[in-house]
Amino acid sequence: MKTVNQKAWFFVLPVMLLVAFNALIPIMTVVNYSVQETFGNNLFFWEGLGWFEKLLNSPRFYSALGRQFFFTFSILAIEVPLGIMIALAMPKKGFWVPVCLVTMALPMLIPWNVVGAMWNIFTLPDIGLLGYFLNSVLGISYDMTQDPVAAWATIIIMDVWHWTSLVVLLSYAGLVSIPDAYYQAAKIDGASNWAVFRFIQLPKMKNVLTIAILLRFMDSFNIYTEPFVLTGGGPGNSTTLLSIDLVKIALGQFDLGPAAAMSLIYFAITLLVSWVFYTLMTKDD
Amino acid sequence: MQKRYIIPIVYILFLMLPIYWLIAMSFKTTGEILSGFSLFPQTWTFDNYRVIFTDPTWYWGYFNSIAYVTLNTVISIAVALPAAYAFSRYRFLGDKQLFFWLLTNRMAPAAVFALPFFQLYSAVGLFDTYLAVALAHALFNVPLAVWILEGFMSGVPKELDETAYVDGYSFPRFFFKIFLPNIKAGVGVAAFFCFMFSWVELLLAKTLTAVYAKPIAATMTKTASSAGYELGLLAAAGVLTIIPGAIVIWFVRNYIAKGFAMGRV
Repeated sequence: MKTVNQKAWFFVLPVMLLVAFNALIPIMTVVNYSVQETFGNNLFFWEGLGWFEKLLNSPRFYSALGRQFFFTFSILAIEVPLGIMIALAMPKKGFWVPVCLVTMALPMLIPWNVVGAMWNIFTLPDIGLLGYFLNSVLGISYDMTQDPVAAWATIIIMDVWHWTSLVVLLSYAGLVSIPDAYYQAAKIDGASNWAVFRFIQLPKMKNVLTIAILLRFMDSFNIYTEPFVLTGGGPGNSTTLLSIDLVKIALGQFDLGPAAAMSLIYFAITLLVSWVFYTLMTKDD
Repeated sequence: MQKRYIIPIVYILFLMLPIYWLIAMSFKTTGEILSGFSLFPQTWTFDNYRVIFTDPTWYWGYFNSIAYVTLNTVISIAVALPAAYAFSRYRFLGDKQLFFWLLTNRMAPAAVFALPFFQLYSAVGLFDTYLAVALAHALFNVPLAVWILEGFMSGVPKELDETAYVDGYSFPRFFFKIFLPNIKAGVGVAAFFCFMFSWVELLLAKTLTAVYAKPIAATMTKTASSAGYELGLLAAAGVLTIIPGAIVIWFVRNYIAKGFAMGRV
């Protein structure tokens, strides 16, 4: 049991101060901008909730939000089952375990813009490995700078390449914590592979899968650099995700008011969905 | 060999393909790249790498990135250690709420913070310093470090603390002499994660720097747009950004699975 000790606050004080400096001041700046209009020269006018109203009535916002949800749920639907499958097939001990783990973790340690640039080089239709293979060897017309479907397929595959290993590593950590005795007992009972998965492996992976899905949701919902470097949001606006649109408005057009209003709604949605995930998945504990 | 191993093998091949292509590109001359498709470099060249190692704007980018990443890791771990200890050992007013609030910062889209961070760090005179980027990255690394360390610390039985106090250890001596060695795997993993997320992040690092602290990744985007399209040079710079990550990951390879599970298996 944990003891009640209010002095513990002194231990968390440094974290509190650091995060408060980093989180509260910028958030207050954003709130401040979101209710004002500016015409430059540091002149601000009270706007009230006008920006929020405009944003919530703008088709542009909803289409970016729709694309964002489509992206996030697509990659979750691919990465989670695929990650579990790979983790189940991996060796449990021996020389190859660290080799697998290190090579699989490698994509996650590459700077995000390098990931984008790398996939750009990889998919160039005439001189990229994948682009050349699809176009010239298989005869499939593929050019993600022209074709929205190809652009979408590419950013989704890029994310699968980049982050499936996170699910693999987490599931694997859950799997190796299962004692051998469980499997032996299942064998004696004549349990099928499916039964072993459903009643032994899946329950053991539940906690780590919760972490995996939460992290993947948060990070994919906030994704910016990789798709921005790869497609720049194009062709047209077809892959303009929420954060790409936000940076366009905030730093490109310098429309501080609308950008701030959008930031707050964006953050609120991330928080809300994460919280729903979090409570749904930890409900049983 | 068992049949099911085909799945991880195919997966690893899929992971390696784009990396192979990046490496192959980095050894090609610009002429060869533009003249058409070739699976292997026809004429090997080290020119791309030579440019990076001799041009200060390039190699300073690496120093800058490593400098703020290291600073960030040190700051994050230093503040997260006592906090994680408090969360794992004590109940106190508002502990659950505080923990969730910390985690919400991990959920904040970097795009939301780019502009306010720029203004905040300009106002306090830290713009374009390593400290600015290190502190900004602490926003999402500190919550993560607290989360991981708390997981590892909760795995250490509380009797250890009590025995130490009975033996007359003072708190700092207990913490550094007895407790820390028990969770050194956790500290390693937390440091690894801080390194990782600080190393790969670009949006904030780019927004908060101009000249003196500019990260390597920002140098790359500038090259991609200004000096025509020097794919070979870009590829070589990309290859060099993979190496630090590969080195760091090798050190934590035995803890990596447990580490990704935040010590919670």
